[in-house]
Amino acid sequence: MKPLDQLQFDANGKLKHFLTLSGLPKETLLGILDTAESFVSFGKREIKKIPLLRGKTIVNLFFEPSTRTRTTFEIAGKRLSADVINLNAARISTSKGETILDTVRTLQAMHTDLFVVRDSASGAAHLIAAHLPAHVRVINAGDGRHAHPTQAMLDMFTIRRSKGGFEGLTVAIIGDLLHSRVARSQIHALSALGVGEIRVVGPRTLIPTEIEAMGVTATGDLRAGLRGADVVIVLRLQRERMDGQLVPSEQEYFNRYGLTEEKLQHAKPDAMVMHPGPINRGLEISSAVADGERSVILQQVTNGIAVRMSIMATIMGGVEPRP
Amino acid sequence: MYDAKQLAVMIKMMAEQLAAQRLREPLVVGIHTGGAWLAERLRSCLGIRAALGSLDISFYRDDFSRAGLNPEVKASNLPLAVDNRDLILVDDVLHTGRTIRAALNEIFSYGRPERVCLAVLIERPGRELPIQADVVGKALPLAEHQQAKFSNTDGNLALDIMDTKTGNRAAVGGRL
Repeated sequence: MKPLDQLQFDANGKLKHFLTLSGLPKETLLGILDTAESFVSFGKREIKKIPLLRGKTIVNLFFEPSTRTRTTFEIAGKRLSADVINLNAARISTSKGETILDTVRTLQAMHTDLFVVRDSASGAAHLIAAHLPAHVRVINAGDGRHAHPTQAMLDMFTIRRSKGGFEGLTVAIIGDLLHSRVARSQIHALSALGVGEIRVVGPRTLIPTEIEAMGVTATGDLRAGLRGADVVIVLRLQRERMDGQLVPSEQEYFNRYGLTEEKLQHAKPDAMVMHPGPINRGLEISSAVADGERSVILQQVTNGIAVRMSIMATIMGGVEPRP
Repeated sequence: MYDAKQLAVMIKMMAEQLAAQRLREPLVVGIHTGGAWLAERLRSCLGIRAALGSLDISFYRDDFSRAGLNPEVKASNLPLAVDNRDLILVDDVLHTGRTIRAALNEIFSYGRPERVCLAVLIERPGRELPIQADVVGKALPLAEHQQAKFSNTDGNLALDIMDTKTGNRAAVGGRL
C-alpha cells in the first residue's frame, strides 16, 4: 500500500481521494473553500440541482451511526445530480461475517463511482482506496480516532465566513482531544491555513501527550485557554468511546471544562463558538451557549452541504475512463 | 486587433440592434468573464436600470468528467427572477455553441424565461451545436488554429486574434 498521504493524489499530483488533510497544501484547501462559496447560493434556487455528477453513483458506506454527516453527504450528492445510496453497513453485511473489503468489492461490482466511508477503525478509508480500481473515488467521512477531513473543512469554511480569513486568529479547541478525529483534522487545516495560535484545552487524561508535536499548546486551565480566543471549538465528550476512568464524573467535567457564558467571558467579545455535533447539553457546553448568539453550530451543518459538494466536485472531475 | 474605440462603435451598433428586438424590461446576463464585461457596456448603452446578471457556467460544462472543475469557478448571480422575463444573454465569442448550451441549462434552473436573446461580440465558424446569435458585433472567418481573445485592462477593452500554433497575433481578413 502506498504511504497514506500519497494515496490521495494521482500521478499528476491532482487530488483523487479525500482521506486526510495531513500533507494538503494551503492552496488546495483554499481552492475547496472557494468552490464551496459558489455552491452556497444553490440552496436558494428554484431548482437546487446542477448536472455535474449526473449519471454517477455514490454509496454512503457508514459502518458507524451518523445523522448529520450522512445526511449532508446525501444532500450534497443529490444536489450534484448523482444517484446516492445509503448503507447502514453496521447492520448488514458485517454482521453476516463479510469483511469490509468484500462489502466494498460487492458494491463496486454494481459500478459505484464514489464511496463515502465511515468506520470505527483508523485507516479504513485508506484501506478501501488502496484496493479499488483507478477510476473509483473515496471520501473519508471519519475513521476511528484518525481523521474527519470533511468536517474540518466545513469548520474552516464557517470560520472564514465569520472572520474573513485565518491570519492572526487564536483558536481554542476544548475537550476530548484523545478520541477526536475532528480535532486532529482541524489542527492540520488550521496550521496549513496559517492561524496565529492553536490551543488545546482539557483534562490531562483526554489530551494525548504527542499532540504538542502538531504545533499546538496544551493546557488544563480552561480560562487561560480561552483568554483572547477568536474561535472556540468545543468537542463532544465521546462517552461511547470511553472504556476507562478518563473523567471522574460528568458533573465535575462540566464544572471544570463545560463551556458556560461565564467562562466564555474570557474569550474575545466577538468570539465564535463551534461544535461538530451532536452536542451533549450540560456536559461539554451549556444550552445557553449552544443556543446563544455567538454559536454557529447550525451554520456549520448548513455549510457542510456546500463544502461536501465542493470536495466531491474537486475529486470527481477529470477521472480516467472506466476500463 | 480591435482597440477600445473600435469596440465601442461595435458595441453601440449591437445595442441598436438589441433595441430593435423590442424586449420588455430585459435582464442583461453576461457569461463570465468576457461576456460580463460586454454585458455591462450593453446595459449602459441600452439604459437598463436593472442590475446585471452574471453566469459562471463551469458547473454546467459538458467536459467535466474529462477536464475536471475550473479551479477559479465563481458564483453565478441573477439579481431578478427569470420567470416570464425577457433575457439578453451576452458572450464575447460564439464558437462551438457549447458554452451557450451550458448557459441556457443554468438559466433554466432559475426558472422559465419568456424569451432569451443571444448577443455576441464575435461570431466565428466552428459550431458543434445548432445555436445561433440574434445580435452579432462582427462575424470573423477565423481558421481553426486562430482564436479571438477579448481582454480588459483597467476598463480598456481590446480584441486580439491569436494564432494558437505560434502564439502570435494573426492577421484576419475583413475590416471593421
